[in-house]
Amino acid sequence: MTETKTVDIPVQNGDEDRYQLKLGPQHPATHGVLRVDLDLDGETIVECDPKVGYLHRGFEKLAEHRTFAQNIVLTDRLDYIAAMSNNVGYCEAVEKLLAIEVPERAKFLRVMVCEMSRISSHLLWLATHALDIGAMTVFLYCFREREVLLELFAELCGARLTTTYTRLGGVRQDVTHSIMAKLDQFVEKFPSCIEEYETMIDTNRIWLKRTIGIGQLSAEKAVDLCLTGASLRGSGVDYDVRKHMPYAAYDKMEFEVPVGETGDTYARYRCRMEELRQSNYILRQCIDMMPPGPIVGNDAPDLVMPIKPGKQLEVDVHAGNALFNLIEDRNVFMEGDIYVATEVPKGELGFYFISDGLGRPYRMHIRSPSFLHIGALGTMGKGVMVADLIAIIGTLDVVLGECDR
Amino acid sequence: MQILTIVLQIAILLAIVLLHVAYATYFERKIIGHMQVRLGPMMVGYHGLLQPIADGIKSFFKEDIVPEQADRPLFLFAPVICLVTMLTSLAVIPFAKGWVLADINIGLLFIFAMSSLASYGVILAGWASNSKYTFLGGLRSMAQVISYELPLGLSLVGVMMLSGSLNLTTIVDSQGSSFSSMYLFPQLIGFFVFFVAMLAETNRVPFDLPEAETELVSGYITEYSGMRYALFFMAEYIGMMVMSSIGTICFLGGWNGPFEVPFFPPFWFILKVYGFLFLFIWIRATLPRYRYDQLMALGWKLLLPLALLNIFLTGLFKILVH
Repeated sequence: MTETKTVDIPVQNGDEDRYQLKLGPQHPATHGVLRVDLDLDGETIVECDPKVGYLHRGFEKLAEHRTFAQNIVLTDRLDYIAAMSNNVGYCEAVEKLLAIEVPERAKFLRVMVCEMSRISSHLLWLATHALDIGAMTVFLYCFREREVLLELFAELCGARLTTTYTRLGGVRQDVTHSIMAKLDQFVEKFPSCIEEYETMIDTNRIWLKRTIGIGQLSAEKAVDLCLTGASLRGSGVDYDVRKHMPYAAYDKMEFEVPVGETGDTYARYRCRMEELRQSNYILRQCIDMMPPGPIVGNDAPDLVMPIKPGKQLEVDVHAGNALFNLIEDRNVFMEGDIYVATEVPKGELGFYFISDGLGRPYRMHIRSPSFLHIGALGTMGKGVMVADLIAIIGTLDVVLGECDR
Repeated sequence: MQILTIVLQIAILLAIVLLHVAYATYFERKIIGHMQVRLGPMMVGYHGLLQPIADGIKSFFKEDIVPEQADRPLFLFAPVICLVTMLTSLAVIPFAKGWVLADINIGLLFIFAMSSLASYGVILAGWASNSKYTFLGGLRSMAQVISYELPLGLSLVGVMMLSGSLNLTTIVDSQGSSFSSMYLFPQLIGFFVFFVAMLAETNRVPFDLPEAETELVSGYITEYSGMRYALFFMAEYIGMMVMSSIGTICFLGGWNGPFEVPFFPPFWFILKVYGFLFLFIWIRATLPRYRYDQLMALGWKLLLPLALLNIFLTGLFKILVH
């Protein structure tokens, strides 16, 4: 016997007048598959509710069944616009867990590819951000320079986007003279390119009207919302993992952390443009200071999948077994947990591992900046107009591959 | 016999204008391509010269999809309104001395009437598609047309006062054939207001809010496909041409040029119209898009007072001179 119950679903007052719009997941301005549920009053947003998960691939669970070395491939697919930075971030974390020493040259190479990917990521951000606001030409100008960097990536490791460049204990391939020469050319030319972008939008009255005062966040609010990277620095908080907790060779580099004041879309735009200049400067230092030496550490021989010359191991040995042997040999650092953060173009990318000593993470958690930035969208998107929401999504610089993992 | 002649003239005009529309798209894609460090269409024909024809054939043979939830008759009819009103206004435009289908006394008014009617097509398209994006696009278009029709009309009042006529041929004739007698110089404010309002009226960057692709996907044409989409496209380009023609006639002296071109009197007219089209495209490649409320503020707070000031100054000038 069943009893029927009537349930009153509470309806808020004034809801009938609102126009509900589901922006995305297929929408040209949501940078992937972000969906934002909007309640509109005219064109003004009353409620803004971002929905994520359309690109969920379960990397964190998947990682538990793969060895530390195998997981590097997964990190390419996080922030696919700056895969190099993710590779470096992951390897820095695992190396700290397993206490693997990285040779000096590899550290410099890591900084180099990190900054290259930072430039290419910021260029893509600028391109799409400008396109969102309607400036179409900047898009293609940015892609012109980004193409040079992607070609360099392809020459360096064979792939433009899914690079898998780092190895535990070092990097996979050494740079050639041709790459260094091309990079040198790029670094020489790039500052004039930045000026070119700036002449197009920086003093444009419509651009200023569309960015100044839009999506304004105070420093406290930005910290509360867990923003990192340029989105946080635009609000005037001086926090950069590269500077305050240096990893790889960043402690030897000389660079400034640009900080904004007003915390609006324009301040964040200025921050990222300044970061482009700083990254270019770091690249110049990398080229000048690149030390000679090996690119993979001596105490991590077994972790390198392509066997190094002079260190003949069993070719057929599975990388996982090799790592297992290493850990057995070491008998240290195999149990416990660790959190290591690195600065990727989007913000602070952190890897948290719990290891039980079996050569694979017992649990891997990725603190992805994009996920937290999208979380901030609900607060920032309230009370603005639809066109502003598009600008805010652009200024937060989110990538859904990293957000959903 | 007379009717036959007129029908023939209409057919010739339509054919020529539609060909120009097709190549205006090519013109735009090439110019914007070169401004954006790429080449534009290159594959179909020499330097992509046959691209517009290929596009036409493609959209003609594409499936014409009508959404299930749409208001079918209105959905089918909306693009026709847009195109027909735009084509109708071509009738009163003098391409050269005597090269006009209907030399009516209220030519300027007629064109305004027609371009206002075209916005019905846009609004109905947005409404009938029964989709959220198209609806917002339709709303934006309605607000935009109302706000910019006023400054557009008022900016030309100065021209009417100077020439004393609404007939387009008379307006050109009263400017005379010399460079310095163009209405552009005495009507500089009017020209500025006209130019900005013209961009808004034709839904072009930086006022392309009704079809802002990064906000409303494609605005009011989101649900259209195939030939009906192409009709909207053609209407937009004919609208650009009509507005450029008015600008040419009212401010740049119409078909008059530095010297007479034998056998082809509309030469200077067409050159000036293409000059306007180039400006449209240049602006599209350069400027970002206005926000909805900023657009309204610009229309009501800047352009409308400027247009009224222009009328006042023109009137004052006329009184002082006479």
